[in-house]
Amino acid sequence: MDQFGAATLALLVCMAMTLFRSIAGPTVFDRVLAVNSFGTKTVLLIAVYGFLTGRPDFLDLALVYALMNFIGTIAVMKFTRFGDLAGMEDDDEETL
Amino acid sequence: MIDVIHIVLFTFLAVIAIAIIRLRDLFAAVMLMGIFSLLSASLFTVMDAVDVAFTEAAVGAGVSTILMLATLSLTHSSESTRYARPRPMALVAVVLTGAALVYATFDMPRYGDPAAPIHHHVADHYIEDTDDEIGVPNMVTAILASYRGYDTWGETAVIFTACVGVMMLLGGARTFYRWRHREEDEPEEAGEAS
Repeated sequence: MDQFGAATLALLVCMAMTLFRSIAGPTVFDRVLAVNSFGTKTVLLIAVYGFLTGRPDFLDLALVYALMNFIGTIAVMKFTRFGDLAGMEDDDEETL
Repeated sequence: MIDVIHIVLFTFLAVIAIAIIRLRDLFAAVMLMGIFSLLSASLFTVMDAVDVAFTEAAVGAGVSTILMLATLSLTHSSESTRYARPRPMALVAVVLTGAALVYATFDMPRYGDPAAPIHHHVADHYIEDTDDEIGVPNMVTAILASYRGYDTWGETAVIFTACVGVMMLLGGARTFYRWRHREEDEPEEAGEAS
């Protein structure tokens, strides 16, 4: 169990650092990166926690988190690029 | 070790909540709210409420971030600063209410106590008789789909109605935007033609 405890502690420290960057981060991109890597740390934490408690039954929950994190990041990036979640489609219609 | 994880995660939650309140950039606040729901979902997982964690991850971190961003694209992304004078009476009221709520939790059974009333109200009946009465191997599925069938049906209808309403609101706003800009363009073309 010790190696999983150490991994959990390391993950918590990493989460604290990304949390600091997401709050203090001066630019939008610092925050986007911080939020994305915080989501990854959450996925890893749930996976490691399953092995720490000896019940790795909730690994599919970690998979769902990974998918959700991806969707959220895509939406945020699209908003930063186009200022609108439907910006890409409008551009296409104007060129047609 | 488990307690350490609980304490650290709850500390993160409190820090993010204060940061969301203090931030004036709404775009950053939306992203921090995504972190907030991811954190609360992992807390639900750590406390063995896996189905709640699933819902929180799907709705809180996934859909509501996108809905918030869609709202920001229709409005402004910075909060209008308006400095109100401090209200000590409001602070006292909030602190008193919080203290009363914390005091009320002392009356509740300990977290995870197997002798708590919530674990013996109807749970014993479900655990013993689900196999005979319903015949579904998964007990949670049997409760949701059969014992509480009408409840689940009503919830599904509510969620479907809310989905249709939100889609009509978002799609309707875009259609209106295009229609208004088309009307602005048309008089100029008519003027050039004449």
